[in-house]
Amino acid sequence: MPTETASQRPKRGVPEGLWIRCPGCKGSIYRKEAEKLLNVCPQCEYHFYVSALDRVRQVLDDGTFEEIDAQLRPTDPLEFADQKPYRDRLIAEQQRTGLMDAALTGLGMIRARRVAFAVTDSAFIMGSMGSVVGERLARLVERATAENLPLIIISGSGGGARMHEGILSLMQMAKVSAALARYDRTGGLFISVLTNPTMGGVAASFASLGDLVFAEPKALIGFAGPRTIKATIRLELPKGFQTSEFLLEHGFVDRIVPRSRLKSEIARAIDYCGK
Amino acid sequence: MSNGSAAATTPGLDFEQPIVELEARRRALELTTQRSPAQDEELRQLKRQIAETTRQVYASLTPWQTVQVARHKDRPYTSDYLSLVFEEFVELHGDRRFGDDRAILTGWARLDSHKVLVVGHQKGRTYKERSNCFFGCAHPEGYRKAILKMKLAEKYGLPVICLIDTPGAYPGIGAEERGQSQAIAENMYEMSRLKTPIICIVIGEGGSGGALGIGVGDRVAVLEFSYYSVISPEGCAGILWKSHQYAERAATALKFTSADLLRLGVVDHVIPEPLGGAHRDHHQMALRVKQYLLRTLRELSAKSAEQLLDARYEKFRRMGVFLEDPAALEGQ
Repeated sequence: MPTETASQRPKRGVPEGLWIRCPGCKGSIYRKEAEKLLNVCPQCEYHFYVSALDRVRQVLDDGTFEEIDAQLRPTDPLEFADQKPYRDRLIAEQQRTGLMDAALTGLGMIRARRVAFAVTDSAFIMGSMGSVVGERLARLVERATAENLPLIIISGSGGGARMHEGILSLMQMAKVSAALARYDRTGGLFISVLTNPTMGGVAASFASLGDLVFAEPKALIGFAGPRTIKATIRLELPKGFQTSEFLLEHGFVDRIVPRSRLKSEIARAIDYCGK
Repeated sequence: MSNGSAAATTPGLDFEQPIVELEARRRALELTTQRSPAQDEELRQLKRQIAETTRQVYASLTPWQTVQVARHKDRPYTSDYLSLVFEEFVELHGDRRFGDDRAILTGWARLDSHKVLVVGHQKGRTYKERSNCFFGCAHPEGYRKAILKMKLAEKYGLPVICLIDTPGAYPGIGAEERGQSQAIAENMYEMSRLKTPIICIVIGEGGSGGALGIGVGDRVAVLEFSYYSVISPEGCAGILWKSHQYAERAATALKFTSADLLRLGVVDHVIPEPLGGAHRDHHQMALRVKQYLLRTLRELSAKSAEQLLDARYEKFRRMGVFLEDPAALEGQ
């Protein structure tokens, strides 16, 4: 369990220091106060980045998380190098975040309900999905199927499918989706929680396949990146485009759930579905 | 266009210049009405030289050149295969929810004695066709049409054949409003458990999620000079090198040629292209595709639905490369 490293590492999205600048309202926010609110701006309710380990602490009952498949390690099947070899990038990201890859998976309790739980960390190579993220998720889904557990996946990924593992990353989308289809056949309950940002191949696979889809307020969620769309259509994008609220309006999200209520909303959904 | 004369009427790609020059001389000689015996001999030699040069050029294409071939405007498209491989095509339109996306064609077709459902990206050849089908970039309604017709095929026991040829799913406002992510995700989810044989062939560009949205099958094949990638080389270069200028380097780094795909276990089979690429000989290419389809259909139709679904699941389940750290395993 890499828990000890969590407090030592810098948190991306939340700059160091006593005061932080809110990307939502541009106001100066007293850091401690935002932290007390689970990293939410007290003025505009902008939801800041939350690391995977903090997310575990926020959503699962204290001390109930048992990580599974922690032995999985990313490798470099393409010997990929852009301006930096992927191999070196992985080591740097592992040291910076204290994680081995962008997803944590395990079993735990939510208000005394046993669940299979996964969270992606949007700070690890943009929260992108390569072979390890895909394998961890597929194994978790299979575990949830075998043990008849509700499945909660909290997604945060600006990167989608990870470019550095090429086509193998793309195939993780099919792999995890296929595992979810089997889970569905056995009557499983999958709650997908979308957080800022959830894009590309993550949005276009497991994140969109929940029996229930929750989203944190004002998150960026979509298939193509806003810059790609702008370059293609050569028009300004409408205000609020690809936000949680935009998805709710167009029918792709069941509920927008503020962070402070996420745990209780998940527990209630599990009860309604009799799981 | 469905004949072998494509290269004779259109300028070639940069690296094809030596071939194009030889072909121009050949044409000039062929048009000479009264050829001397010496000219006949020259023509014979020229033909041999053309074949040899073409073989040399195509034996050593770089990944970036492969992308150019996969995007060649004379490369056979889904509509070409529909007329050259199948005896009949009965188009079925619309997703029953929003509209009829022209970037994905769906319909019944006959392949010798088999009744099948064909789903294929369509890029369009003329400017009008191309703009109608967004250059083969499908919207959510295209993916929804595809899965709806696949379920029809499942219900009546028809095998499904998917022809993949797209730069990627369309990036636009309407596409996002109508749930591009959800449409692609649902297609993979449903295709993984569709109780009928599915054969997918990447006939040109296998552009990311837009390709995979009709790409989950019992067999996935790729034509020799097609590519199948997590992102376009230009897109990758823009993000990782901060400039589209590096597309050529990204193309090499992404390892997406047919040989790479076979080695990485992502495709089952590479269908060889005629000498100098599919754009030089549509008929020959279509024949090879037909032979592959017939052989694979025979093989798959011998299996029960349960066997198919188990094997299909395992096929995708195995994909990916990672390590397991034994020390961490003991610590658990």
